[in-house]
Amino acid sequence: MKRTIIANCGGFWGDDPTAPRRQVEGGPIDYLVMDYLAEVTMAILQKQRARKPEAGYPADFLAHLRDVLPSCVQRGIKIITNAGGVNPLGCRAAVEALARELGVADRVKVAIVAGDDLFPRLDELLASGEPLINMDTGQALSEVRPRVLSANAYLGAAGIVRALEHGANVIVTGRVADAAVTLAPMMFEFGWSASDWDRVAAGIVAGHIIECGTQCTGGNFTDWSLVKSFKRMGFPIVEAEEDGSLVVTKHPNTGGLVSVHTVAEQIVYEIGPPAYKTPDVVARFDSVHLEQEGPDRVRVTGARGEPAPEKLKVSLSYHAGWRAFGRLAVAGPEALAKANKVAEAFWDAAGGRNAYDEAMHQFVGWNACHPPLATCEPGEVLVQFAVRDQDERKINSRFAPHIVPRVLGTVPGITYIADQGRTRASEVVAFWPALVSRGAVTQRLVLGDDEIAV
Amino acid sequence: MTRLPSDPTVRVPLVRLCLARSGDKGDTANIGVIARSDAIYAWMLEHVTPAFVKRHFEDVCRGEVERFELPNLLAVNFLLHRSLGGGGTLSLLLDAQGKTYAQYLLAAEVEVPESLLHAKDRVARQQEQPRV
Repeated sequence: MKRTIIANCGGFWGDDPTAPRRQVEGGPIDYLVMDYLAEVTMAILQKQRARKPEAGYPADFLAHLRDVLPSCVQRGIKIITNAGGVNPLGCRAAVEALARELGVADRVKVAIVAGDDLFPRLDELLASGEPLINMDTGQALSEVRPRVLSANAYLGAAGIVRALEHGANVIVTGRVADAAVTLAPMMFEFGWSASDWDRVAAGIVAGHIIECGTQCTGGNFTDWSLVKSFKRMGFPIVEAEEDGSLVVTKHPNTGGLVSVHTVAEQIVYEIGPPAYKTPDVVARFDSVHLEQEGPDRVRVTGARGEPAPEKLKVSLSYHAGWRAFGRLAVAGPEALAKANKVAEAFWDAAGGRNAYDEAMHQFVGWNACHPPLATCEPGEVLVQFAVRDQDERKINSRFAPHIVPRVLGTVPGITYIADQGRTRASEVVAFWPALVSRGAVTQRLVLGDDEIAV
Repeated sequence: MTRLPSDPTVRVPLVRLCLARSGDKGDTANIGVIARSDAIYAWMLEHVTPAFVKRHFEDVCRGEVERFELPNLLAVNFLLHRSLGGGGTLSLLLDAQGKTYAQYLLAAEVEVPESLLHAKDRVARQQEQPRV
């Protein structure tokens, strides 16, 4: 049976920088897929582009590409990434310049998959009857319209499949569904039809399992003590087959563990109902069967799919005020009682918690991540103060200056964090999930100077 | 499951029976919980309910708790609405993404028939990593 091997090399922008090279050099692969776009990343990139027109994509991608491009070209490995950000044309120019520098320009064919960026068309969309209501809160976009910083539709695999059909070997997209970069090569290699829902669902299941990198290969795993080593963690690899079955594995001699449980935990990670909606299909995560086929090899079969949803998801971001954090460590006998006294004195100096839109403190080491589990009092706690407010100056003048003075003026056994620097307000860019009609968005493939609607 | 009167019960943390992983979607936390055997899955459906989770997270969860079943994975998925202090970048919580919530749930103590801990049925055996 025909087979293709797809390797993921990171779960977010900022993941292990050695992963791309290790995935390419650690064994045979056909595709390298790379993810750079978290939910609010687009807002950062829009701002970078506003300052500098050729920016607007994650520059780290070029460093990763430098590590792997010559080997990928030589071995016929294709690279698919959403590193286009809000400026895929700018990203392509940089990729082509890098290819020239590395002497492989004649063997690199870059394709761009765009059309996701709705920011320039926002008012037109609102006027045409796309209300872009917040899916979580039900609020109308008009409440934050002047503060919107980015708007991108999550597009599907079609544009990437077309790019592969045109012979591209570096495919740079804007916002696409995270799993689409894994689904697309499977559709291309096996000639799956876009309405072969079960097979398309299998591609989404594969993509969902590997899109968070090492979280399916032994990272963040309940039975962590079964993982022999977390050193040089193996990033995930999918060996996909024509019938939609696949094996999740990792390269030999790497850290981590691939077991039915490490994969099952990742399937239920950040999902809602088991009918998992994507632009390409509704994948039934309650249909998948997992089986340990060998050491660090889990076979995934039985995926079922249902027709793709009517609407596409849009991720918008908007300016939502300012926030700041400050921290003090309190140690020694009665640390918790002393920390409470410190908090009382701090809020009094900072004008009271009610002076801010939101204000709180937590005791790290006691109750910060979740309610207390410890059965005896901690020997030390880190007090974390936090505020959010629309007024940046208020945070910088009333909250920030009152943290460190508590070290001299309250309880014994208290110290500040040396490398924290001076507390300052930082901008809050918040996420606004919405839906848009499919008809309102057209994915575009750009090859050289040609533009093709998908 | 049927329990014999002679089957003694034990108090154990939930981690002895289940695995779990948690994350976020906006202000909603999700906790996927996986039973370690078929027998535990049946027990879990009856006892690890939305009300159980809501009670355990009462200081944190300000909305409702929903549960979905994935029997193929011996799993259930909980959605804890309004549980992340506004969620994402709006949240002032240290763990704004609820990444540690699964560990907190697995620390919950439950009283179960002792035999449930030893149930090594087909699925449990199959899920073990084969020896190299």
